[in-house]
Amino acid sequence: MAERSEEVKLLGMWASPFSRRVEIALTLKGVPYEFSEQDIANKSPLLLQSNPVHKKIPVLLHSGKPISESLVILEYIDDTWQNNPILPQDPYDRATARFWGRFVDEQIYVTAMKVVGKVGEEKDAAVEATRDLLKLLEKELVGKKFLGGERLGFVDIVATLVAFWLMRTEEVVGVKVVPVEMFPEIHRWVKNLLDVDVIKKCIPPEDEHLNYIRARMDRLKLKSV
Amino acid sequence: MADEVILLDYWPSMFGMRTRVALEEKNIKFDYREQDLFNKSPILLEMNLVHKKIPVLIHNGKPVCESLIQVEYIDETWPGGNPLLPSDPYQRAQAKFWGDFIDKKVYGPTRLIWGAKGEEQEVGTKEFIEMLKMLESELGDKTYFGGETFGYVDIALIGFYCWFDILEKCGNFSIDAVCPKLIAWAKRCMKRDSVAKSLPDSDKINKFVPELKKKIGIE
Repeated sequence: MAERSEEVKLLGMWASPFSRRVEIALTLKGVPYEFSEQDIANKSPLLLQSNPVHKKIPVLLHSGKPISESLVILEYIDDTWQNNPILPQDPYDRATARFWGRFVDEQIYVTAMKVVGKVGEEKDAAVEATRDLLKLLEKELVGKKFLGGERLGFVDIVATLVAFWLMRTEEVVGVKVVPVEMFPEIHRWVKNLLDVDVIKKCIPPEDEHLNYIRARMDRLKLKSV
Repeated sequence: MADEVILLDYWPSMFGMRTRVALEEKNIKFDYREQDLFNKSPILLEMNLVHKKIPVLIHNGKPVCESLIQVEYIDETWPGGNPLLPSDPYQRAQAKFWGDFIDKKVYGPTRLIWGAKGEEQEVGTKEFIEMLKMLESELGDKTYFGGETFGYVDIALIGFYCWFDILEKCGNFSIDAVCPKLIAWAKRCMKRDSVAKSLPDSDKINKFVPELKKKIGIE
């Protein structure tokens, strides 16, 4: 039993890929935690006080001490609870994993967001640009069960953003960004992810998630009119 | 085994400077290869397939991309000598948080200050000063960002120092007036061999920026 002083609390949001990746890591490590759902539209004093710089979820509070930015949190979890390592041991492999983690957030996520926000030719260009980036991920998966190799690792956890957010959003938006003919490896990998209990447990329930994405898209459309 | 360490870099890059400083801190001999970013060399294209950007650190033939990842790689590969990241997980996380902050929040505004005009430039200047103030408050009265020892966050930020002069000239402001502790910190860092060796003179950057603007067609 963890003592009270060892308390782990996650300030998150159920539908956020950034928040969910922290849950995956904690669950993989078997760390008990309290989840505190945050209202993004009306930020709580605890969130503002815990992440005064970015004012964003997720924030992990460990014994009251806050850690922000999901990639930083994942590494913190791996450094603090060393069972079931998330990052490889070898420095070169670690650097490579960090590289792909940043690639997912800074390239794929940023580019894919444009697919949602744009129309017409600009949208088509954003789809193409996203696919160009995904092709690199596709190549990384050749001959591997997971991006981490035989075992689920850091990059898989980060790239659940592709598997369960990007690939669920495309159903709602009606543009197939990741067609199976073009990305067989990514589709195979998503199936492998779904065979992992921790992943199944930690991703948002599909129906509820699709409804949420739909509502969000409608709001975005209203804004852009 | 003798290590072969090559750095593909470009002298005015504050990102490249990070990797140079980290290698110097660890006393690692490296083969510095200046790159022409307007005519990218086959080795750069081959070694950084994804972004095709400098700096690229090539260790025994294997490339590591992204400067902060390189700094961490250097620390993990050569753990002897000065540790760059703290060993305590919480302190490590804080250091990485601030490194990430510098990449996400500080670099962008600097481009607006030297590369934009009018309102855009003003926005950049305001934003840059805000971000520096946050860094100054994080530094507080400490010698370095990590406390008594020079490390990761210092390395992440110090390369910007040789750009301060041109930024102040372009944006018409004084960093010393708003962030005196930060300037004092930068001067302390400059006394280290690793930093002094790795940063070009401000004068050189001052001459470089107008040339760069011409080259990329914004002047």
